[in-house]
Amino acid sequence: MSTVVTPEPGTRPETSLADQLRGRSLPAGAARVVVGVALATAVLAYVVGASPVQAVLLAWVVTLALPVWSYAVEGRRKAVDRLVTVLVSSAFVLALFPLASILWTVISKGAPVLSAEFFTYSMRNVVGEGGGIYHALIGTLLITGAATVISVPIGLLTAIYLVEYGAGGRMARWIRFLVDVMTGIPSIVAGLFAYALFVLFFGEGVRMGIGGSVALSVLMVPVVVRSCEEMLKLVPNELREASYALGVPKWRTITKVVLPTSLAGIVTGITLAIARVIGETAPLLIIAGMTDSVNFNLFDGRMATLPVFAYTSIRNPGVPPEFALERAWGAALVLLIIVMLLNLAARLVSYFFSPKGER
Amino acid sequence: MAKSIDVSDLNIYYGDFLAVEDVTIDIPARSVTAFIGPSGCGKSTFLRSLNRMHEVIPNARVEGKVLIDGQDLYGDEMDPVNVRRTIGMVFQRPNPFPTMSIYDNVIAGQKLNSKRMKKADSDAIVERSLRRAGLWAEVKDRLNRPGSSLSGGQQQRLCIARAISVEPEVLLMDEPCSALDPISTSAIEDLIHELKSEYTIVIVTHNMQQAARVSDDTAFFNLSGVGKPGRLVETGRTEKIFSNPEDPATEAYIQGRFG
Ligand SMILES: Nc1ncnc2c1ncn2[C@@H]1O[C@H](COP(=O)(O)OP(=O)(O)OP(=O)(O)O)[C@@H](O)[C@H]1O
Ligand SMILES: [Mg+2]
Repeated sequence: MSTVVTPEPGTRPETSLADQLRGRSLPAGAARVVVGVALATAVLAYVVGASPVQAVLLAWVVTLALPVWSYAVEGRRKAVDRLVTVLVSSAFVLALFPLASILWTVISKGAPVLSAEFFTYSMRNVVGEGGGIYHALIGTLLITGAATVISVPIGLLTAIYLVEYGAGGRMARWIRFLVDVMTGIPSIVAGLFAYALFVLFFGEGVRMGIGGSVALSVLMVPVVVRSCEEMLKLVPNELREASYALGVPKWRTITKVVLPTSLAGIVTGITLAIARVIGETAPLLIIAGMTDSVNFNLFDGRMATLPVFAYTSIRNPGVPPEFALERAWGAALVLLIIVMLLNLAARLVSYFFSPKGER
Repeated sequence: MAKSIDVSDLNIYYGDFLAVEDVTIDIPARSVTAFIGPSGCGKSTFLRSLNRMHEVIPNARVEGKVLIDGQDLYGDEMDPVNVRRTIGMVFQRPNPFPTMSIYDNVIAGQKLNSKRMKKADSDAIVERSLRRAGLWAEVKDRLNRPGSSLSGGQQQRLCIARAISVEPEVLLMDEPCSALDPISTSAIEDLIHELKSEYTIVIVTHNMQQAARVSDDTAFFNLSGVGKPGRLVETGRTEKIFSNPEDPATEAYIQGRFG
């Protein structure tokens, strides 16, 4: 249409439609310029002799010029937008510092020790240099694997009960409450629980890999329940109804419609739960103990694990201490790599299993 | 074998909320019955009570009798799963299974019940159902694509194909054409005409012309007031309801004066 609709006289000032729609804005790239200036200021301040912290703070103050400039040119709404953008970005960078610092420390101290020997040798009869984490790696994989085998059926079935059967009932409310309580159990308490449980059967001083798995499942089950519950809730009710309307019984609807639809989320949740417990130290220290040799049997005797290995290496480094410290950092790095691989696997799984089409 | 449905004194509740009150209606076998009425008057609710889909909603319940060929649908010895195998349903909003291909969606009734079938048999069922739903030409080259990759109207026809592939004896359709263009609508209406010789069909529609075109009997539902339950105002042969209704409210609704 070529005609402009004029507002009723008296209700609005006579501005043309074009003026109503237009708004002044900063030149494109203004934000980039300000950030560039801020960085330059920081570098300059550092060269002149400010401490790094002072330089960063100075740069941050300079970026605040952006909202001020924007207020002068663009008006209040856009200025607030820019201010909040600056604040959120600063918070993001702030949060990145510890992460980057941890990564840097672990990689720089752990990487040099990684070698074929490090992965394939245990610490049996090793004094000083050499040896490796093979026994601890096996222990961690076995114990966490068994914990997963214990927790996933319990957690998933609980979640299915909560969403599909219990919905809103008193029983479901109680279970949900207890799961929340369980989420808060300190890991040392989980370890003591597993220890006390196994003492009942095997007597005082028992050490077993499977005990570690039980302790870890106590920590893992609530995480699995919660994440699976959220995922099952996301499945639209219409799909369940579509299935019922075809004369499909409830259990088949759950196993063949609800679970496949939410599979990606469930697998991601389980993977993150594994990542959550794989680095636990305290419970394993109590019930799985520590050893220098490889033990493949979850049901017999002490088992080394990566976190406990790192802990004891730092605790009792022996003489000279530097080799043990190096190995501790190496074990920490390997643990970190495993967690990253798990996250990557979760990503891949959710990519390949999520319902196709709409996404 | 098509079945007739006799409903007497049916009250339908959501928890304490009485949604539909005191419906008594006979739905004859091998014919098409249309439900019309303003939004929120309980057409979907009543339809869902005819194959016991109503009770899957927590706290939802019904009082009264629904007889299908003389069998009490809500009797103690009735299994809702078997009831739903006999009385199929198409929903107001299309709901294909997102994890399944178009092909698998059509034979979902068999697949989800783990019925073993020869590939040739299932191929035949898929083709026949899709042809009847007027979707075959559009999807025959991409049967392995996900069901959710179709347009809204195509998804609805996919759901219709899914519902008829299990060969129910009664087919309940809740506004099956509300998302369809005139061409697919007329395909569905042809399908309804064709199915009518073997099946009992109940269709909810907001489209008066459609009700007049496809149905043999028409039932008009209305709300007795705001916050009051919906009820059945009038039912009868479609020609009669449309030309010479007994209740003034029916006449007003059909002529578009309210609702
Ligand atoms: N799941 C539910 N829980 C509680 N109340 C419901 C539920 N579904 C429907 N109702 C209520 O029941 C009444 C009838 O709803 P229903 O969906 O049967 O209407 P309808 O006639 O199908 O309307 P439309 O033509 O808009 O589809 C409405 O008052 C609605 O608010
Ligand atoms: Mg409806």
